[in-house]
Amino acid sequence: MRKPVLQFQDVSFSYDGKKTILDGFHLNVYDREFITIIGASGSGKSTLFRLITGLEKEEHGAIWLNGEQVKNRHGRTGYMPQQDLLMPWRTVLENAAVPLELAGVGKKEAASRILPLLNEFGLNGSEHKYPSELSGGMRQRVSFLRSVLTGSNILLLDEPFSALDAITRLSMQEWLLDQWEKREKTILFITHDVNEALFLSDRILVFQETPVQTLQEVIVPLDRPRSLRDLNDPAVVRLKDGLIDQLRSGGNKI
Amino acid sequence: MKKYGPAILIVVFLFGVWELASRTVNLPFIFPPPSGVAIRFWELRETLLFDHLPPTLAIILIGLAISIVLGVALAVWMAVSETAERAFYPLVISSQMIPTIALAPIFIMFFGYGIWSKVVVTVLITFFPITVNTFDGLKSSSKELRELMLTMGGTKKDIFLKVQVPSAKPHFYSGLKVAVTLSVIGAAIGEWLGAQAGLGYFSRRMMTQFDGAAVFAPIVLLSAVGIVLFLLVKVLEKRSMKWRNKE
Repeated sequence: MRKPVLQFQDVSFSYDGKKTILDGFHLNVYDREFITIIGASGSGKSTLFRLITGLEKEEHGAIWLNGEQVKNRHGRTGYMPQQDLLMPWRTVLENAAVPLELAGVGKKEAASRILPLLNEFGLNGSEHKYPSELSGGMRQRVSFLRSVLTGSNILLLDEPFSALDAITRLSMQEWLLDQWEKREKTILFITHDVNEALFLSDRILVFQETPVQTLQEVIVPLDRPRSLRDLNDPAVVRLKDGLIDQLRSGGNKI
Repeated sequence: MKKYGPAILIVVFLFGVWELASRTVNLPFIFPPPSGVAIRFWELRETLLFDHLPPTLAIILIGLAISIVLGVALAVWMAVSETAERAFYPLVISSQMIPTIALAPIFIMFFGYGIWSKVVVTVLITFFPITVNTFDGLKSSSKELRELMLTMGGTKKDIFLKVQVPSAKPHFYSGLKVAVTLSVIGAAIGEWLGAQAGLGYFSRRMMTQFDGAAVFAPIVLLSAVGIVLFLLVKVLEKRSMKWRNKE
């Protein structure tokens, strides 16, 4: 078994002591896993990320990162938000350099680390462009590059492709899997698209109704590397239908 | 230039109407035609440009400089400290209910006929747009971006310098543009009340002599000063925010 890089032990959390999201929650994520988290909107998926990044504090229990219990988790994970959140006043190069700047890396040193990566991220020749000059897919790649440059082994991606058109989305998914393998990261990926979850992940965690104690876990029965056609496999199709039914009945949505 | 065609046409038309009306009324000492103002301007060019423009320009520039320094400092303080915000923000807003211009005579009493009474009037009316715009700009930065900086280990200072200050820049420049136009008004009004030189002073003195064209001539120059300063701010704005030109 691989070593766990992220653990929730008996974690409870609520907003203002009223809306309880997690109640005695347990979770283990292992090194270099690709995990997707699905659930209806408002089911607490993003709260999980807010806890991991340290934007929220657990009321009870402990969260472990890379084998140590960390109280202040700021700067310990690479978070990629739903909107790309690039700074419009910074060029691609300057945007990617933000986490390095925060870590005290000099400008020249930062540039020399970023420039070789641009090719791989499909951003060659765009280093001096501003975000407004880029396509949606390119902006997401800059945002992903920025989260990779935090240097963290744990990447948290919050519906990163939800604003992209179907074709761009597909190529971004394939590209992400490529990067994940090459960079040896552990990825937690929030989505509400069951197909995306099945295509990308080792395990799918399903958020149903709050408060959450344990998440229902689905192991994706597919080998890697995968192609989109694998999703037509009868076992996968059944799994997909099951998941969709579950998401529909989960909570009191529609 | 084509873009401004309609505006230029309207101006030409208005001047035409003015010229015609003035010639019909034929009271040049109180209602001079534009051509009369232009001729008088030419006759007075040396007095206006070398005796009266420099003191007015000095008031405008010193007043603006003080306003920028104080306004930005207060805006930063209010953005950083919630206590300062609660203490000063309501005061800054309600200070605008005071007719500042009406207070100008008091400042003439306090500071005399020298440059400083006029500078104070200018500062008082230009301070507000700079402070409030800069403050709103500092506060306008996106919450998500600030949180992202936190997740990357950014400190309060990092967030201020790398997120809040750049977000405030466009707001600061809009405030400055308003302030620049107001500064010209402030300087001129200050001079009406008490001065020994200056375009506002000169204009008012000519009024007592019933020289209508000479009342207008310094106003033409004042407007030109306002326009030049405004364009200067626009150039600065474009230079310091290159990314905006690409949008």
